Amino acid sequence: MNARALCTLILGLLLPLPALAQGFAGLGQTADGYALPERGQALEFPRDHGAHPAFRIEWWYLTANLTGPDGQDYGVQWTLFRNALAPGDPGTGWAAATAWMGNAGLTTPRAHYSAMRLGRGGIGQAGVTTTPFAAWIDDWQMHSRAAAGDDPLSVLDLTASGTDFAYALTLTAEGPLVLHGDAGFSVKSASGQASNYYSQPFYRVTGTLTLPDGPVQVTGQAWLDREWSSQPLASDQDGWDWVSLHLDSGAKLMGYRLRGGGGDYAVGTWIAPDGTATPLAPGVLGMTPTRLSRVAGREIPTVWRLTLPRQGLDITVTALQEAAWMDTLIPYWEGPVRVSGSHAGRGYLEMTGYE
Amino acid sequence: MRRTALSALLSHWRRHPLQLVSLLLGLALATALWSGVQAINAEARASYDRAAQVLGQDRLEQLVPSDGQRFSQDVYVTLRRAGWIVSPVVEGRWFRAGHSVQVYGIDPFTAPQGTLPGAVQAGGGIVDFITPPGQAYAAPQTVADLAGQEGLPPLIAAEGMVPGILFTDIGIAQDLLRAPGRISRLLLAQGQPANRPPLAQIAPGLEPRAPQEQADVAQLTGSFHLNLTAFGFLSFAVGLFIVHSAIGLAFEQRRPMFRTLRALGLPLRTLVGLLAAEVMILALIAGLVGIALGYVIAAALLPDVAATLRGLYGATLSGGLSLRPSWWLGGLAIALAGAGVAAAQSLWRLWRLPLLAPAQPRAWARASARGLLRQGGLAAVLAGVAVLAGVFGQGIVAGFVLLGAMLISAALALPGALAVVLAGAERISRGVLAQWFWADTRQQLPGLSLALMALLLALSANIGVGTMVSSFRMTFTEWLDQRLPSELYVTARTEEEAARLRDWLTPRSDAILPIWKVEGPVLGQPAEIYGVADHRTYADNWPMLRAEPDVWQTLARGEGAIVNEQLWRRERLSLGDPVPLPGGVERPLVGVYSDYGNPRGQVIVGLADLVAQFPDLDRRRFAIRTDPAKVPELRAALVADFGLPQDSMIDQVTVKQISLMVFERTFAVTAALNVLTMGVAGLAMFTSLLTLSTMRLPQLAPVWALGLTRGRLARLELGRAMMLAALTMVLAIPVGLLLAWVLLAVVNVAAFGWRLPMHVFPGDWLWLGALALAAAGLAAAWPAWRLARIQPTELLKVFADER
Repeated sequence: MNARALCTLILGLLLPLPALAQGFAGLGQTADGYALPERGQALEFPRDHGAHPAFRIEWWYLTANLTGPDGQDYGVQWTLFRNALAPGDPGTGWAAATAWMGNAGLTTPRAHYSAMRLGRGGIGQAGVTTTPFAAWIDDWQMHSRAAAGDDPLSVLDLTASGTDFAYALTLTAEGPLVLHGDAGFSVKSASGQASNYYSQPFYRVTGTLTLPDGPVQVTGQAWLDREWSSQPLASDQDGWDWVSLHLDSGAKLMGYRLRGGGGDYAVGTWIAPDGTATPLAPGVLGMTPTRLSRVAGREIPTVWRLTLPRQGLDITVTALQEAAWMDTLIPYWEGPVRVSGSHAGRGYLEMTGYE
Repeated sequence: MRRTALSALLSHWRRHPLQLVSLLLGLALATALWSGVQAINAEARASYDRAAQVLGQDRLEQLVPSDGQRFSQDVYVTLRRAGWIVSPVVEGRWFRAGHSVQVYGIDPFTAPQGTLPGAVQAGGGIVDFITPPGQAYAAPQTVADLAGQEGLPPLIAAEGMVPGILFTDIGIAQDLLRAPGRISRLLLAQGQPANRPPLAQIAPGLEPRAPQEQADVAQLTGSFHLNLTAFGFLSFAVGLFIVHSAIGLAFEQRRPMFRTLRALGLPLRTLVGLLAAEVMILALIAGLVGIALGYVIAAALLPDVAATLRGLYGATLSGGLSLRPSWWLGGLAIALAGAGVAAAQSLWRLWRLPLLAPAQPRAWARASARGLLRQGGLAAVLAGVAVLAGVFGQGIVAGFVLLGAMLISAALALPGALAVVLAGAERISRGVLAQWFWADTRQQLPGLSLALMALLLALSANIGVGTMVSSFRMTFTEWLDQRLPSELYVTARTEEEAARLRDWLTPRSDAILPIWKVEGPVLGQPAEIYGVADHRTYADNWPMLRAEPDVWQTLARGEGAIVNEQLWRRERLSLGDPVPLPGGVERPLVGVYSDYGNPRGQVIVGLADLVAQFPDLDRRRFAIRTDPAKVPELRAALVADFGLPQDSMIDQVTVKQISLMVFERTFAVTAALNVLTMGVAGLAMFTSLLTLSTMRLPQLAPVWALGLTRGRLARLELGRAMMLAALTMVLAIPVGLLLAWVLLAVVNVAAFGWRLPMHVFPGDWLWLGALALAAAGLAAAWPAWRLARIQPTELLKVFADER
């Protein structure tokens, strides 16, 4: 996940709020009063599944590649963003200086549905608790059903709804948590901006999608990203392409390319089937758009070539639904993809900053 | 030919500039009064429309509490977490030291798109908005009104906002309104997710309310605006009298010219067309002047109207007056229509005039006995209509039909009545001169009757409205004395402070009477429900219109309710009828009290009864009974010893002052319109006399030839005008009293919901009579002076001219 994209996104979504713009304008430059991620500071669970109010932004970001009884592919996205509006103790009640935003998406080969929710912390409309683990905004929730002693994220119930869609999924982790970068310390630019970043990419999913035509039983895989930071990108970076791929071999790949600045900055994590994570240094992962599609009035790369020579990987990533457009106030592209080439598989692609 | 004819016709105005001025002035004044009132009404209507749009209430469905009471914000969270896309609103009035403002607390995170004013969306930082002290957005005039008030968040002026309201964050508003954790209602976004649990299951206390096209206040103030319209129309009608007489005069004087033009071959059709065009051009000019004047009048009256509407209905108007095309086009249209109506008779007579009819002006000798009889018949018919409207009519429209029919009927009957009086006077008078005087007055009556009718209307409107206002003032003042028996009123800042305050006050005062109320729907309309303590203050002072014996004991036992006159009349309740309170409980009606100045319904039950029904009510207000002399001392002690801020209390004297101020402002507009109407009537009188004076030479010349000096004749003319004004005044008194009665007993009841006892003020009539005489004297002075200074040759010419 790219924070600039997120900022743009939140900025846009919260435009009806009194000039949130000014609150976020300085994000790329400074982290006044906010905590900063530190290299070597070990993550601790379940504590770090919860919110980190000392940091400016944070998210619980889940994408799922699902299959219906007839073999039809579906994609589901569930996101909860936390945005501190001011450094320090956010306070309580209506005055709590925390904005929460939820995004939900559901993609089919024929259509794409999306919805957005906003709320503030402090009154119970949105928030995250660690024991028991629950993250929610309105009726959208992600809550733990893990047995005592297990990692709370190992079994999750997930729900969301929009005016024309809904889903209810159960996620069961079949592998360990994966820490990105240096034990969860993930560097975002050559000049050193960083975040704390870990994932649970090993979910098996069962559940129901509710579509305008009726309910569909689905099964599949899901990937949860957890990330928090206060100053996550360089001021001259302006766009972002991100993939999370489940390869049929059981391996996973997370990679992203930050566009702009002094050149693209592409890094990622190669995750072996047993969960062993190998950080990909800048320059190792090749990410090249190979086809542009006209989506919502702009040119968006919907087919990509990814190369990872050391792993013998040379794949084509193709969008399942080119129109996977998150039609929120500031829209972005996020949808399921198919993987072909040296490896087969599926995953999710997110692209932002295409004006 | 046409051009020549036109220039000939227009040359008349060049030779009679005064006539031109009076025609233009009359029409301009009539248009000005009418369009001024319309401008005020249009401005108010626009304000109400904008108020209805606040928070998208005109297009969004809402969830409102069925008992009208604020409810816990937990209900909001429960609904959100069940999938209902709702946004909370807390609203209420914030009062401090005589200032009040409607506070809307909103949640910018969940407010449906397009519900917040643009300025709120584009304002400062979100953190400053939601964290104490917060920020409040308001119209610039509201910010100016509230400048320096303590206890409000920093105010930000935002152009284009509805005045009289503050937009602030819900958390900040809860503190301002002292309603922590409570909300008033929920806005329901368009496009709700499917599969939500039903409302009855998760929020049983709420019910959906359809979008409301009209603000409550628009309904409340409807009668007030109808009132204004009626007065505007009355002024317009009076103004038309002037126009009619000026146009009539111009036609009569141009008869020789018409004959000459026709004789020269100008077709009748062209002549009438030219004259109609002339009238329309004059009307257009006068209409434009009238609209400009109307704008000035409206701008001058608007602050008072705005103050009235705010004081009486809590409706706030924006201070500025905008020039709406619909308004000035309407003003022009009414000027043209008015001129058309006023000229129609003259044009019609010209159309039927024989080609070689005698060109001699006949001094408007239209007043045959048959004409008077016909007019009398019409007056009788209209009187019948008035009686029917009075007996069978209902509501404010019937009230105005009654009023209009009665006034026009009286005006139409006036010439007949005067003719009878003058004939009687002629019969009993002695001497040639006296007999000539009376007979000549009667002869002039037709020419003056229109002006006298205008005077009658103005005078009776003055008497009627004056009587109503004075009656109201008298009743209201007495009623305030009864209604506000307590010497000091205090409001604690918190419930905890209220409890301490009560303990503190107990040994220091004669009695502490809680003033606790809730607001909620009663019989389908918003109402206030008060709880009354069991204390003899009420039994001793409270003005009851109807009551069962032991009404206060019944209330104390929680076995009854009393309602204000407005609610009682509106719902046609009788003693013993059940009064449903918000939340479903009913109490039998055991009494009715008068409650002037309050547009809403009100119910009073026993205090314990109220608390039992609404345990969450605001318990911070008290009335304190004590020796009036000790009030300053007690106030000082409250501040110094107890620590209550000065602005948390208000004494009886101040409350009365504020109430009376609202009252005075309410009628300031009426009074202003009254004065203007009188002015218009005076002008009508002046034009008519001027008209007559130029045509009367043939009648005066023989009297002069018989030996009466010009000075004597002039004095007689002056005396005649004043005598007619005095007679009109005498006839205006009963008409005015009848008008006052209709206003008090019919129009007020329909408009405000209360009926006032009528008081008469003969002293005022004397003043008015003097004013009428002065107006008539002034109007007659110029024609009389001209008569006194007329060249004898002019009088001789009457005999010399071949006519």
